[in-house]
Amino acid sequence: MRRSYVRALSTAALAATLVVAAGCQDSGGGDGGTASGDCGGKIAIFGAFTGDNAGLVIPSLNGGKLAVKQFNEANPDCKVTLQEFDTQGDPAVATPFANQIAGDNSFLGVIGGHFSGESDATMPIYQAAGLAMVAPSATRTDLTQKGNTSFFRVVGNDGTQAGAVATYLKSQNAQKVFMIDDASAYGAGITDELGKQLGPLVVNKDKIQERQAQFDATISKIKAAQADYVFYGGYTREAAPLVKQMRAAGVQAKFVGPDGLYDPAFPEGASGGAEGAIITCPCLPADKAGGTFSADYQKEYGIAPGSYGAEGFDAAKIYLDAFKDGKKTRADILAYVKAYDKQGVSKYIKFDAKGDVDPTKVVIWAYQIKGTAIEPLQELKLS
Amino acid sequence: MHFDELIGHLGQHTVDGLSKGAIYALIALGYTLVYGVLRLINFAHSEVFMVGTFAVLILWNQLGVENNPPIGQAILFLVLGLLVAAVASGGTALALERIAYRPLRRKNAPPLIFLITAIGLSLVFVELFGQVLPKLLGGVLPAAFGRPRQIVGMPTIIQQETLFTIGNTAITNIQLIVLVAAVAMMALLDWFINRTRYGRGVRAVAQNPETAALMGVNQERVIMLIFVLGGIMAGAAALLWSMRFGFTQNSIGFVLGLKAFTAAVLGGIGNLRGALLGGLFLGIVEVYGATLFASNWEDVIAFVVLIVVLMFRPTGLLGESLGRARA
Repeated sequence: MRRSYVRALSTAALAATLVVAAGCQDSGGGDGGTASGDCGGKIAIFGAFTGDNAGLVIPSLNGGKLAVKQFNEANPDCKVTLQEFDTQGDPAVATPFANQIAGDNSFLGVIGGHFSGESDATMPIYQAAGLAMVAPSATRTDLTQKGNTSFFRVVGNDGTQAGAVATYLKSQNAQKVFMIDDASAYGAGITDELGKQLGPLVVNKDKIQERQAQFDATISKIKAAQADYVFYGGYTREAAPLVKQMRAAGVQAKFVGPDGLYDPAFPEGASGGAEGAIITCPCLPADKAGGTFSADYQKEYGIAPGSYGAEGFDAAKIYLDAFKDGKKTRADILAYVKAYDKQGVSKYIKFDAKGDVDPTKVVIWAYQIKGTAIEPLQELKLS
Repeated sequence: MHFDELIGHLGQHTVDGLSKGAIYALIALGYTLVYGVLRLINFAHSEVFMVGTFAVLILWNQLGVENNPPIGQAILFLVLGLLVAAVASGGTALALERIAYRPLRRKNAPPLIFLITAIGLSLVFVELFGQVLPKLLGGVLPAAFGRPRQIVGMPTIIQQETLFTIGNTAITNIQLIVLVAAVAMMALLDWFINRTRYGRGVRAVAQNPETAALMGVNQERVIMLIFVLGGIMAGAAALLWSMRFGFTQNSIGFVLGLKAFTAAVLGGIGNLRGALLGGLFLGIVEVYGATLFASNWEDVIAFVVLIVVLMFRPTGLLGESLGRARA
């Protein structure tokens, strides 16, 4: 009797967990239906909506949802559905989703990926299916240089960002820059680009790995190098404990990282250790976005749009414009995205032959950690 | 290769490695105790540790702990943290035993079923703390806790300071606390297993469950005891972790558990002193490896060393035995 009670309880607990976990998988932006009538359709958005570095991606998801919501309210006879796929930023999770989306003909376009690794892994699948991908925040430079014809991004690439970081560091009179990266597609990419631009200013390097928690060896190397700046190419999950342990060990060097750290979990995870750290991001401060976007976002979600809110909105807007224009097939929509030429809320959007936006339209900002806030510091010169 | 760096600061890297390995060793005890008695690898033990770190997080949050409290308060927070973490981790380990493993044992399930159950439970706990609890407790706890699966920071209880320097080796207060506390906990456990009546029961069951039962040892009670003891050690590790690194996450246990399990195997699984030796050894090897190559090589080095050791000593450095050796 008692045994079966315990077993029933544990089964129930397990079931509850699974239900909740499953519930997080697909909370679509609409009623889940497919295209109704002559207009509208279904788009997929994928990225790390939970997981180590979700804080970086959620604003973009919210921006996309906001665009779809506004569109559906303004066009009741042209229903668009946005379906979420939470990859946790992991290429291995993103790949089966990509196959699912590619195989489901009701999907007419894809927003994503949000990270470079997951984008790289899924690009061939979407290309083979003739689906356009519009990435709000995948910045690795070579994503657009592999001959892929269906990948576009509404964000600057890491080459541009690394140039801006290099210019910034030189303007701050940095003498000894210690570079660390997480050996990921994104982190190693941007760190290598920066290394090329800094040349002899790089005093030493180290590579860490994902999910690492203890950084004694790295910190010894930073101390030995007597660095005045530490650049970390990677994401929040490793950066927060790294900077905290650096400060605890008495390292005074300034900490600089790219957009991967633009996540509220970075200052909070480092509990004070990240104070004064600089984050660069090819994303606009909330109040600089065009139109009523910032106010609308604030009203909808009760917080200011973070990292890539405006870019997520713009990515969704491209597809919404395509639907409005009566495009109904993957091929038509792909052609429409390729030829897109309009002012977005984040920047002017027009893709070059490779799928990048015009680099002169890219704006890179430096942000600084103050308490648990990420505050805009200054706009950076690109080179 | 940075030989000169390694040799030049050998003492420093050794101390760093020891304090790293001490936490591995404490967690390794949980694997080794359960394996020694049940011949079961409790892969859910990593989550027992994770629950401990969350217990410390919640406690410190509810007490409103700020960065760098005065020393008197800091000690109080640490002691309370140890108690809460020990209760949470010990309780979790006991719950695992009662809810999952005992019903399987009653049915005489084959070892493989235990293994897959342990892995499944581990996943359940990871997602419970990653997704379910943040939704339930998001309003009560700090905003950071409401972000599914992301890291949550904890206040710095003790500011890291160099206590004394030997040659060019600086030893910090935190490293000293971690090492002393870990070794003290292990000595206590060693004494408990080897010198008390309950410990004799544990050793008896480990050696021969049937005979022990005939001699009047309550096997079920011994099994509960080892799960709780392993849980308490993981709770102590969770407190030391929280003090030293100051953050946690739902998936924090995975890599650490793997390392601790490695440490247990390295030292000789089922052997308490082996777990200590294996943990410290693994910590040192990792820091040496990270210094010699790059930090992302530390796991490679650690597992290569494991394989090499097992090639020459298949039962680990000190051999497998909880009951047999007088240890």
